[in-house]
Amino acid sequence: MIASIAWRNLWRNKLRSLIIIAAVMVGILGGVGSDGFMEGMVDQRVNTAIANELSNIQLHQPDFLLNNEINYTISNPDQYIEVANQMPEVKGTSKRLICGAMASTATAATSVLIFGVVPEQEKKVTGIYQKVYSGNYLTDDQRIPVVVGKKLADKLDLNLNSKLIVTLADSSGTITYGAFIVVGMYQTSNNLYDEAHIFVRINDLGRLTGITGQVHEVAISLFDNEQTGQVFDKLSSSFKQQINNKLIDIRTWEQLEPLLKSMIEMTAFFSYLFLIIILIALAFAIINTMTMAIMERKREIGMLMAIGMTRGKIFTMIMLETLFLAIVGGMVGLLMSYGLVEYYAHYGLDFGSMGSGMSYIGYDSIVYFKVTDGFYLASFLLVAITAVLSSISPSIKALKLNPVDAIRELN
Amino acid sequence: MSIIQINNLHKTYTDTKVPVKAVNGISLSIEEGEFTAIVGPSGSGKTTFLNLMGGLDTPTEGDILIGGKNIKDLNSRQLIDFRLHHIGFVFQSYNLIPVLTAIENVAFIMELQGIPKKERHQIAMELLKKTGLEGKENYRPGELSGGQQQRVSVARALASKPKFILADEPTANLDSASTEDLLNMMSELNKTENMTFIFSTHDKRVMDKARRIVTIDDGKVVSDF
Repeated sequence: MIASIAWRNLWRNKLRSLIIIAAVMVGILGGVGSDGFMEGMVDQRVNTAIANELSNIQLHQPDFLLNNEINYTISNPDQYIEVANQMPEVKGTSKRLICGAMASTATAATSVLIFGVVPEQEKKVTGIYQKVYSGNYLTDDQRIPVVVGKKLADKLDLNLNSKLIVTLADSSGTITYGAFIVVGMYQTSNNLYDEAHIFVRINDLGRLTGITGQVHEVAISLFDNEQTGQVFDKLSSSFKQQINNKLIDIRTWEQLEPLLKSMIEMTAFFSYLFLIIILIALAFAIINTMTMAIMERKREIGMLMAIGMTRGKIFTMIMLETLFLAIVGGMVGLLMSYGLVEYYAHYGLDFGSMGSGMSYIGYDSIVYFKVTDGFYLASFLLVAITAVLSSISPSIKALKLNPVDAIRELN
Repeated sequence: MSIIQINNLHKTYTDTKVPVKAVNGISLSIEEGEFTAIVGPSGSGKTTFLNLMGGLDTPTEGDILIGGKNIKDLNSRQLIDFRLHHIGFVFQSYNLIPVLTAIENVAFIMELQGIPKKERHQIAMELLKKTGLEGKENYRPGELSGGQQQRVSVARALASKPKFILADEPTANLDSASTEDLLNMMSELNKTENMTFIFSTHDKRVMDKARRIVTIDDGKVVSDF
C-alpha cells in the first residue's frame, strides 16, 4: 500500500507533478536527441571513411605510412590477397599503388594523391564508383582513364574527356609526366578528400612510376565493421612471419585514423556529460518540488509517525514518490526520444545550405540520427539514480519531523 | 485491572526563555474499559499529558506503565512499535490519509502491523460497519463530512486492536449533531467492546458522556471523580 500511497500522492497536486514530469521528459528528449545527432553524425563520418577512404584493414610496407616513399612497396601482394579472400568475414580486397603528384591543366595546378587500382577489386572495397555523378568509373577498355573528385574538377576546370597532366617522381627519382583522360567525376561528403584524390588503373600508374608486380597498399573491407579486430588478429597470425621480417605492417582503420576512434569516444563522453548536466539541473527541480510537497504534508507525515509508521517506511514512501515522478517523465521522454531518433534515422536531418560547410570537414549535409540501446538503457538508469539521489534531501527533512510538533500544529 | 499507571509524572520544557512545567507531578491510574475525559483550560497541560501517555513525548521525570511496561525504558524504534500495537489515536482534525479511501485508511494501520490483506480487508469492513459507515467504504476523506471522517478515524484507531484509545479534542471541529453521534458511537464501543477511551476536551457534551473526569490545571490534577 505504501507504493500505492506514493503513486496517489503524486497526483494530489497534478499541475506541479506534470510540470516536473514535463521537465524530465524535455531533459531526456534533449539528452537523447543530442546524442542521436552527434552519434549519427560521427557514425556517418566513420562509415564514410571506411567505405570510401580507408576500408577496414590495410597492409603496407612498414615504413610507407611514415614516409610515402614510392619505393616502400609490398612484394608479391597476391599472396596476402589470396589469404584474406579465403576468410568468410572479408567482403573484398584491393591492391593499390599510391603516389603523390602534381595535377595540372592549362589553367591551374594542385597536388594530389594518385591511387592506381584494379577497378573490379576496388569496387568491392570502396564505394567511390557509386559516388560517380558524371561519366563512368574506371574500366579496362578506356584509354588512360582517370576519375577525379568534383572539388578538384571545379578547381582545375575539368570536364569529361578533359586531359589531366600529372607530374611525379618515379621509382628511380626521375620527374615524369603523364596524361590522363577524365572519364568520371565523383563526389563524396568530404570535399577535402574529393579535392586531393584521383583514381587511375594500377597498370597505367605502374608504367608511369616504373613499379610492376608490387603495390603500396592492400586494402581489405569486411562485411561487418564489428569484426575488424577479429580479422586483424587472424591476419596478424597468418602473416606473422612477414610481419616479423618487416615485410608488411597490418593496421585497422582505427590505427590508421586514430582521430576517428577518438571522435567516437569523445562523442560518447560528451553525450553522457550533456545528459548528466541535464539530470543534475532536473535533480534540483525535483528536490525543490518534493521538499515543497513534504512541507505541505508535514502534519500528515507527523500523524503517520504517531500511529506507528517507521521512519524507514516514510523514507521508502517519499523515495517512491520521487522515483515515480522521475520515471514517468523519463519513460515518456525516452518514448518521445525514440520516436524522434527513429524519425530522423529514417528521413535524416537536412542542414540545407549549411550542409556545404559541413562537407568541408568531412560530414554529410543530411544527418541520420543514431542512438545505441546502451544509451537508452543508461539514460533510464541515470534518471532512476537521479530520482533516488533527489529523494534523499526531502526524505531527511521528513524524517526530522517530530510527531509531537506535528500533532501540536494539527490541534 | 489498571492498564495505565502513571507515577509522579513531570514534563518541563527548557527550550523556552523560562522553563515551562507543562506536567507537574501527575499520578493517575486508568482501569480497563474506562471512558475518561481529561479536562482543563487551554495551556493546562492536558495535551502534553496525552502525548506523554501516547509515547509521543518523553517525560522529564516519573513513570508511565502501560500493561505493566514502563514506556520510559523503550528506545524510539520500540516506542514506534509500541504505539502501533498498543495505542489508538484520534486527532482533532481527523488526519486521515487523503489519497486513501475510508476502508484503505482503516486497513493501512493493519498493513503496518503485518496483517494479511484479506484479513485486514475483512476487519476494516466490520469496523466501518460498527462505526456506521457501511456504504461509505470507497469514499475518500474529502468526500465525507467531518463527523464521518472522525468515525473513520475511530475505526482506524480500533483497527490496531489497541489497549486504549487516546483522543485529543475529538469533537472540536464537529457540529452538535455530529458530536452527539460520535460520542454515542464511542460510548457504545466502550460498552460493547470494553474499549478504554481517554479524551482531552473542554467540550461540555463530552464531559457529560464521560464516566470519569480528571481536571488538570497548571500541570497538576486538581480533581478526579
